[in-house]
Amino acid sequence: MIGFLQNLIDALSLGSLYALAALGIGLMFGVLRLINFAHGDLITVGAYALIVPAADATARMFIGAWPLPLMVLGVCAVVVAFALLSDLLLFRHLRRASAPTLMIASFAAGYIIENGILVVYGARPKAIDLWPDLGREMEIGALHVPRLQLVTIGVTVLLMAALTWFLKRTRYGVQMRAAAEDFAMARYIGVRANFVIGLAFSISGILAAVASLLYISQTGGLSFTLGVPLMLFGLIATVIGGMGSLLGAVVGGLAVGFVSSMLQAYLPEGLRSFRDAFVFAIVILILLLRPSGLIPTKALVPRI
Amino acid sequence: MLEVEDIHVNYGRVAALRGISLRVDESELVCILGPNGAGKSTTLAAIAGGVRPYRGAIRFNHASLTGKPPETISRLGVSLVPEGRHVFATLSVEENLRIGAYQRRDRARVESDLERALELFPRLRERLSQPAGRLSGGEQQMLVICRAMMTRPRLMMIDEPSLGLAPKIVDQVYEALLQRRHQEGVTLLINEQSSERVLEFADRIYVLRSGSVRLEGRAQDLRDGVAIMSAYFGFDDHSASSSAQATLG
Repeated sequence: MIGFLQNLIDALSLGSLYALAALGIGLMFGVLRLINFAHGDLITVGAYALIVPAADATARMFIGAWPLPLMVLGVCAVVVAFALLSDLLLFRHLRRASAPTLMIASFAAGYIIENGILVVYGARPKAIDLWPDLGREMEIGALHVPRLQLVTIGVTVLLMAALTWFLKRTRYGVQMRAAAEDFAMARYIGVRANFVIGLAFSISGILAAVASLLYISQTGGLSFTLGVPLMLFGLIATVIGGMGSLLGAVVGGLAVGFVSSMLQAYLPEGLRSFRDAFVFAIVILILLLRPSGLIPTKALVPRI
Repeated sequence: MLEVEDIHVNYGRVAALRGISLRVDESELVCILGPNGAGKSTTLAAIAGGVRPYRGAIRFNHASLTGKPPETISRLGVSLVPEGRHVFATLSVEENLRIGAYQRRDRARVESDLERALELFPRLRERLSQPAGRLSGGEQQMLVICRAMMTRPRLMMIDEPSLGLAPKIVDQVYEALLQRRHQEGVTLLINEQSSERVLEFADRIYVLRSGSVRLEGRAQDLRDGVAIMSAYFGFDDHSASSSAQATLG
């Protein structure tokens, strides 16, 4: 029982990270029908923003050395700037383009960011130790829980609550939901297209920044592709959750995290190295059973 | 108030509008009639900024609308209710209504406008917090008209308000439109496929066919329907039009 609870907390914490990545991707898809493959690279940018831009083998902290609130704000600002820049320089010119065109453009954006990081920071992976205190374990009854996992879960819940509040209770949130549903109609009613899209990029950037902070304090390693697996699992999460549904993205993220942690814990020793193959097999199974995801977007059918 | 001058629109290689000119004066009610595919919807979409004409000019109170994005045109006081109702299905009825008013600065009057919309359509008040996708077709049509009114337009364009609605509901929709027009002097430009209702209350009528204006005139001069019928179906000589009148009653 204790073992299972321990695994459950692992699953929740991993699932939270995937849910954060999935939310960022799902938001962009909802508003712009853009499957943003550059989202992972925004996460990478957030991690590299912590250190001094230099090709040295050892990392020296830059924003990472600032006091916590400033550090979080600083990393968010850098990632949001990159996200907005990708819109300004690239996606804004493709507003009338098809979804596949946008997707390929996002590949290009990601590739450019990765190579930019290579040029500035060098190709060698670097180690950084962000928040060493969080590595310590907390004892809750008989459970030993790393603080970092609790922080990850807590921060994710907080961000999701904030996002829900924003979307439901503010006029800009309502405009975003309207635009996600019917962009042409939203514009006819006065919703500013570029503003709403910029907002979506900014929020997605904040989600990427937070994901990168949490992820980097878990792994401690910087590499120019560090965000790619997060993006991949986030994307899978949005697909099995139901493309375009934010709740679906969260549910999908938690599901992927859950399955992958549980497989890690309960697969026979010899099969553990094939864990991801099992994860993807389950993903395929879910999609066969529910092709439009766990929480389909068009849940509300007009009664005409 | 609105002047459309010789606009041409293509969808790919297909010509949708081949030089449409029309005008709407302050507080007029003008109807555009025509069969399916005549270019009625495209004309309204071009005025509202949804499609861009490759030739021609559109002016609203002497300001050019040509090439402006839809949100800017909406803010200038031109509101389009497109065909097919387009409620935001996952937003609540109230959110649907309020989103129309977000661009306005007179917050105090927004509340009284909302109250008035709900008085006009009490059905909406009962469903304020429900997702708009759950409304019936007629209720959705009322909602999109109210939503457009919430922007406080000076010119309101409605694309086939009666499409797919029961005659009784259509009566309600028109009654509400005429009431708003009477109370606030909002100028109306309405697309319809059938001339039946339109002839009663329109000031002027344009008949479109194959992307061109085939007939324009004051509704009172066209009341017998002969000229409209002949323009609508494209009969050019008089004998054809009178035989059409005989068959169509």
